[in-house]
Amino acid sequence: MSARAATLPGLPAPAPEGLPRLLAGARGDGTAVSLSEHLARHGELPLRPRRGAADELIELVEAAGLQGRGGAAFPTGRKLRAVAKTGRRAFVLANGAEGEPVSGKDQVLLSHVPHLVLDGAAVAAAAVGAREVTVVVGAGAAHALAAVRAAIAERQRRRLDRVSFQLVSAPDGFVTGEETALVNWLNGGPAKPTFTPPRPFQRGLRGAPTLVQNVETLAQLALIARFGADWFRSLGTPEEPGSALVTLGGAVRQPGVYEIPLGLPLGELLAWAGGPSAPIAAFLIGGYFGAWVAAKAHSLALLESDLRTLGASLGARAIFALPESACGIVETARVMRYLAGESAGQCGPCVRGLDAIATALEQLAWGKADKRSPDGRLERWLEQVNGRGACRHPDGAARLVASALRIFADERERHARGSCSGAARPLLPVKTPRAAGQLAASR
Amino acid sequence: MSTRLRVNPISCEAHGLCAELFPERISLDDWGYPIIDPRPIPAELQAHARRAVDACPTLALALGRGEAAEAYAAARRARGT
Repeated sequence: MSARAATLPGLPAPAPEGLPRLLAGARGDGTAVSLSEHLARHGELPLRPRRGAADELIELVEAAGLQGRGGAAFPTGRKLRAVAKTGRRAFVLANGAEGEPVSGKDQVLLSHVPHLVLDGAAVAAAAVGAREVTVVVGAGAAHALAAVRAAIAERQRRRLDRVSFQLVSAPDGFVTGEETALVNWLNGGPAKPTFTPPRPFQRGLRGAPTLVQNVETLAQLALIARFGADWFRSLGTPEEPGSALVTLGGAVRQPGVYEIPLGLPLGELLAWAGGPSAPIAAFLIGGYFGAWVAAKAHSLALLESDLRTLGASLGARAIFALPESACGIVETARVMRYLAGESAGQCGPCVRGLDAIATALEQLAWGKADKRSPDGRLERWLEQVNGRGACRHPDGAARLVASALRIFADERERHARGSCSGAARPLLPVKTPRAAGQLAASR
Repeated sequence: MSTRLRVNPISCEAHGLCAELFPERISLDDWGYPIIDPRPIPAELQAHARRAVDACPTLALALGRGEAAEAYAAARRARGT
């Protein structure tokens, strides 16, 4: 896309057409867009402290139909309204913890366009009546931390905001980004989920109503506040409007973070990434709480509604292309052991169940043929752990394994006979990621 | 308004008394943790439910009433659990 003419700060920028939206102006060299560049591109935030302004903002977000970009796809307008309705002084928590090993989108966003996220947090604060924003970034995400720290300092020098920003680096871990775990940790407890209700919107930071939003959701808010609901809806579908960041990994020529219109066919995203770098066996969609889908799914639209029909979900919008040289059973066993280890260790069915499921999968993947679960206990355990934790960790892990047993049914048979078609070294990452996220393309 | 049972999985330590006292609505998983039937509890079973709640050594079991319990049950249904 061609560069848009810059406008003077303070004048409304012309609404950018097409893509990229969030990543407009992001540089391939990994340096962050400065405040003056940011304002030249997007203009100042149209936030006016007057009666009724908060309500108007919430109505605007509802009209835009924005859904949370952290994984649960909860309607953002409804969340804003729930916090605003409490009528109490609220806090805003910008969640950039991103503990998902196959996702790098939030790190890319924070390191390249931190001001968009901070703008969005300011918008959210205006909508719910908050004066303080806490931005949480994973401790290992050094680039993102540095970019946000510098961006906050730039804004303070210019006295840009009515809200104050606090940057916090959170311990890395898969469940750290779960909203009750973050709130618990910021309140001085362990970074572990708590029993709900109360949810953070009812009782969060220091006991006050707290709006917890993923950093990409906030960046989208920053654009909606400037360019409006109709503009936002000009990409995506009526039910799932807008653009979204996806992290594409595995057997593609240019892995990395892409900004897509929601509803883009999977095959087109692959084409953006230069196509497969090897024949593909299956796709993991939605990260480690997601599901495997068959390799022939090229026409599949990247939408919650379409993925739901396959028992999958866009989730954290991480997509991993598994090459045919790898074994889906082995890869899933590795990931399941990782997820079992990442359990917060609080709920019995999660602690005991995920460990049992991981062990059964390991036996299936590497065990002796006569030791391989013949009695359906794996299926029974997947059902038993579902919905049995304080958070959704066991549910997500069970969904991943259930999809593997579905998609890799032939491979499972092969393993039951004592062979394995996989030859490749282990592929899926099983550590909380902290290599700096990589920006693939601004398109 | 109906009442429903709910277990706090963080507090629960799998003593299993609840399933023994209220088998109509509580079973145990392979590790001894209670699986709660999410349906509302009819009047004739209230006393049994109450007994199970009172017997829990870790106070993990609660008989919920009203909005929170309804919202919780609805969320469970939506999640298919």
